[in-house]
Amino acid sequence: MFEATSINHRNDQVQLRYKIVFGTMLVILIIPVVIIMFTLISKGSHAMSWSFLFEDPKNGMTAGGIFPAIFGTIWLVVVSLLASVPLGVAAAIYLSEYAPDNLLTRLINLATINLAGVPSIVHALFGVGAFVVFFKFGTSILAASLTLAIMTLPVVIVSSWESLQSVPRAFREACWNMGATRWQTIWHVVLPNAFTGILTGVILQVSRAAGETAPIMFTGAAMFLPFLPNSVFDQTMALALHLFVVATQVPDVPESLPFGVALVLVGIVLIMNTVAIWIRMHLRGKKKW
Amino acid sequence: MNTSDAAQPLAINTRELNLWYGTFQALFDINLKIKQGIITSLIGPSGCGKSTFLRSVDRINERLGYVRIKGAIEVLDQNIYEPHVELAQLRKQVGMVFQRPNPLPISIRDNILFGHRIHNDKTSSKSEEDAIVEDALRQVLLWDQVKDRLNQKASVGLSLEEMQKLCIARLLPVKPSILLMDEPCSALDPKGTAAVEELIWELRGRYSILIVTHNMAQARRASEECIFMLMGKVVEHSRTEELFVTPTHKETADYIEGRYG
Repeated sequence: MFEATSINHRNDQVQLRYKIVFGTMLVILIIPVVIIMFTLISKGSHAMSWSFLFEDPKNGMTAGGIFPAIFGTIWLVVVSLLASVPLGVAAAIYLSEYAPDNLLTRLINLATINLAGVPSIVHALFGVGAFVVFFKFGTSILAASLTLAIMTLPVVIVSSWESLQSVPRAFREACWNMGATRWQTIWHVVLPNAFTGILTGVILQVSRAAGETAPIMFTGAAMFLPFLPNSVFDQTMALALHLFVVATQVPDVPESLPFGVALVLVGIVLIMNTVAIWIRMHLRGKKKW
Repeated sequence: MNTSDAAQPLAINTRELNLWYGTFQALFDINLKIKQGIITSLIGPSGCGKSTFLRSVDRINERLGYVRIKGAIEVLDQNIYEPHVELAQLRKQVGMVFQRPNPLPISIRDNILFGHRIHNDKTSSKSEEDAIVEDALRQVLLWDQVKDRLNQKASVGLSLEEMQKLCIARLLPVKPSILLMDEPCSALDPKGTAAVEELIWELRGRYSILIVTHNMAQARRASEECIFMLMGKVVEHSRTEELFVTPTHKETADYIEGRYG
């Protein structure tokens, strides 16, 4: 009684085989990340210093710091968020809570998802045509940020929509049946419960906006500027473009410099993502229904 | 007793009510006179239209978009399908209790005050609100269990029975006259069912209660009049006792004896 049969042995073997297959996949996925981080840290860490973070580039960008690029990246990200978050969340609320389920809504959903897949260089060209030329913003932080906003908007919409949809329908029905309007329902019940998810989606887009080069290259980011931007109508330096420039366009750059820039960029993105994960865990811990 | 007894005021009065979901007709010529202040139960096999009927009394069906209605439903002598009817006002008069208790993910206190707050422009003082909360919770026999944790989230730490009582309690502060209940006990265990039935019995007289149930024993125990529906039509409407003891239609007799359903 209870002894293993040949069927059990065979099942165990199959079980082991799949465990190995899936485990290997995981390792293969992790290896590049580890290599990238290791290389960045080992080659970029000696470029790291206060002066690297807080001073201007010197000697044709072959020495000195990268402060204008860090500063510019923050500008670009903040302005693009100011545009994309209100617009994206509002659109998601409309699609999730108001729009009737008909052909038009489904087309809009489809278009939104497809828009998320448009290559960033196409967004860049759109940005040049729309913001730089048509709206006459010139190459400026405003034009570059709006281009980034257009690029991140679809994902903000989709992730916000998903967060809104994850709020149980029973809550909405409870509200409607007490005579609450749609807006009262959204404001008092749906939004507070979707907030974490929306926030996470937004922060993930921050890291994307910070890392993109193509959309800002033609619309507002400069290779080198001897001054910091004063308003959204100025051009600016940005980390992603600076990395491209020092890695490929400038001769005689010490090897550690581009790695240092990359390390700072990855560091900013990682910090953002960590914050997103932390907020999500923190708020989800409190969310029980 | 004659069901069309004119002396007793009516809570719900329907005239030739027909309802379609797209091309599917779910209700056929419903003519019901549901009296004020008593418990009326609505029984019938799955898909007979009882929930559909319930959901057209507070017009929540319309959310679906493809629902079409002909005929009239008068709630307190007012046809609720007239164009000037404001849904928020209708739903103040007509409260709905669902199959699964669905307290909002806010505190017990805020759950009770939710309806009151959305229907009142000016904010009430804390003591007024306290009185509202206590009154509502006392009416549903829940005050003693929860009075020390009113600020606790309603969706944690309450049993299903307590949640369901809370869902009934939160309807009361806006002073509804009709309570619609869609199988309010089907998610509860026998003890919870008994407790909620007791509560519903307790509320009789103050509110007109229309309760959909699959549980015939419950309909028999906990209602004064009973409506039997089949395939979208009303077969029989009489005093509960009569309907169960001396049904006038063969279909009713077959159903209550468990020959189908």
